[in-house]
Amino acid sequence: MNHLLSIGDLTPADIDQLMRLSDTFAEVSRRAIPKVPALRGKNVVWLFYEDSTRTRLSFEQAAKRLSADTMTFSVGSSSVKKGESLRDTVLTIEAMGVDAVVVRHGSAGVPWQVARWVEDRVSVINAGDGWHEHPTQALLDCYTIREARGSLDGLRVGIVGDVKHSRVARSDVLAFTALGAEVTLVAPPTLLPPNLDGWPVRVSHDLDAVLGDLDVVYLLRMQRERMTEHLVPSLREYSERFGLDIRRAERLAADALIMHPGPMNRGVEISAEVADLPRSVIVDQVRNGVAVRMAVLFLLLGSGVERVLGPEVAADPTRLLSLEPEEVLR
Amino acid sequence: MDADDVRRAIWRMAHEIVERNHGLEGVVVVGLQTGGVLMAEAFAEALQEIDGTEVPVGTLDVALYRDDIGIRPVLPEAVTDIPVDLDGATVVLVDDVLFTGRTIRAALDALTSYGRVRAVQLAVMVDRGHRELPIRPDFVGKNLPTRRDEMVNVSPTGVDLGELIKEGR
Repeated sequence: MNHLLSIGDLTPADIDQLMRLSDTFAEVSRRAIPKVPALRGKNVVWLFYEDSTRTRLSFEQAAKRLSADTMTFSVGSSSVKKGESLRDTVLTIEAMGVDAVVVRHGSAGVPWQVARWVEDRVSVINAGDGWHEHPTQALLDCYTIREARGSLDGLRVGIVGDVKHSRVARSDVLAFTALGAEVTLVAPPTLLPPNLDGWPVRVSHDLDAVLGDLDVVYLLRMQRERMTEHLVPSLREYSERFGLDIRRAERLAADALIMHPGPMNRGVEISAEVADLPRSVIVDQVRNGVAVRMAVLFLLLGSGVERVLGPEVAADPTRLLSLEPEEVLR
Repeated sequence: MDADDVRRAIWRMAHEIVERNHGLEGVVVVGLQTGGVLMAEAFAEALQEIDGTEVPVGTLDVALYRDDIGIRPVLPEAVTDIPVDLDGATVVLVDDVLFTGRTIRAALDALTSYGRVRAVQLAVMVDRGHRELPIRPDFVGKNLPTRRDEMVNVSPTGVDLGELIKEGR
C-alpha cells in the first residue's frame, strides 16, 4: 500500500493498527511542543479541486507536526484556469519532487486515476472524491468512537441524512462495519442511493423508531442545494422528521454519542443546543482528525519499509505494524 | 551478570543518583522504550527505599526522532508518557544497553519537546562501547567490551529483572 484511496483497501486489522498508531500521534499533540522531526525533508502537496477548510487545515496541521513541508495547489488561481488537464497538472507537480499528493476532487475516482499516473513514485491520499469516499474522515470517526466507547464491536450506529450524496457515509459504512458495528441508514427514500445491494446495512425511514436503540447517531450535513433538486419538500420538514433536536436527544441511551462530520447546519440536521451537549463529540472528531492524519502520513511516508524490507512488505506497510519491535528496529 | 548482579547494579546506581543530585528533589526517571522501561521502574523502587522519596517515572519512545527514518523501518508503537512538567527537572534517562549513542541523541531531542530540563543524566545497565556520537553515561551497571557484530540480548518478558539482561555470545 503506497496510497490511501479507499477504506475498502484496508483489512479490519489494518484499521485497528492505524488506530493504535494514532494513539502515538495523539500523545505528540498533547506535548508542550507538539512537533516531531519524523518527516523532515518530505514534501506534501494539497491538490484540492473542491472547497475544503477543515480537511485541508487538518492535513496541514498533521503534516507540520511531523515537520513535513507543504505546498498548496489552489485551483482558483492556477494553470487549471488556463485549461491545463488534470494529468498535466499531476505530472508537473510530480516533477517538482513531491512525496505525497493529497487529492480532493468533485468527481469520483480521480485519486485512483492520479495514483495510476504517478505509480509508486508518489503516495496518493484521497481527501474526498465526489460522492464516493473520504477515508481519513472514516478513520477519525472510528478513532473518536473508540476513544469514547473503547471499541466499535457490537455498537449500533445510525447514519442519518443525505446518504446518497455523502462520501463520508460510504467510507463510514465500510469502516464501521469492518470493525464490527451494525449500521442503520436513516433517511427519506429520496436521499438514499437507488441501489443498496451489497451494502452491509439496515435501512429505516423513521428516525424516531430507531433512536432509542442507537449507540451512535451520526448526522450528515443537509446541503441546501438539495432543496432545488426537490429531494425534500422543505428544510423545515426535513428538520422536523430527521433533525436531532433536544426532544429526540433526550430519548437517546445514556451513553450514546452524537457525531457530525461538519460543517454543521445548526437548526437543520442538528439543533443548536444538541450540538453543544456533552455527549456530542463533534469537537473531538476535529481534534482526532489531526492525529489520525499524522498516522496516515507517517505510515505512507515515514515508516521506511520499502528500502529495507523489500517489496512484499512495502506493498502492505500495515504488515509492519504487527511485527515485534525487535524485528522492526534491527 | 545473573539476576543478583543486576539487582546489585541497580541498587548501586540508585545510590549514585542520590549522591550526585544531593537527594532526589526535581529528579524524574525516564525509561526508554522498550528496554529501559522495566529498569526505570526498578530504579524508582530502589530510590524510594534509599531516600524515602517517590520519584515520577515516565517512558519515552524515540522512534519519531531517529536519524534513520526512511533508511530502516521505524514505527512507534510503544507508549510515551511523561507524567510531569519537565521544566527545571533533572531527568535521569534509563536504557538497558548503550551502544552507538544514536538512541540517546534522539532521546535528548525528544525531551526538548516537554520543556527545558535543568539537566539530563544517563543510566545504563550495559555499556558495550562503539560510540558514534560524543555521548557518555553517568551511571553504568557494567562495562561490557563487545565486537560490533555481537548482540547484547534483551528479553522483553523480563518480569524478573535478573532475566532482563543476558550477556552476548
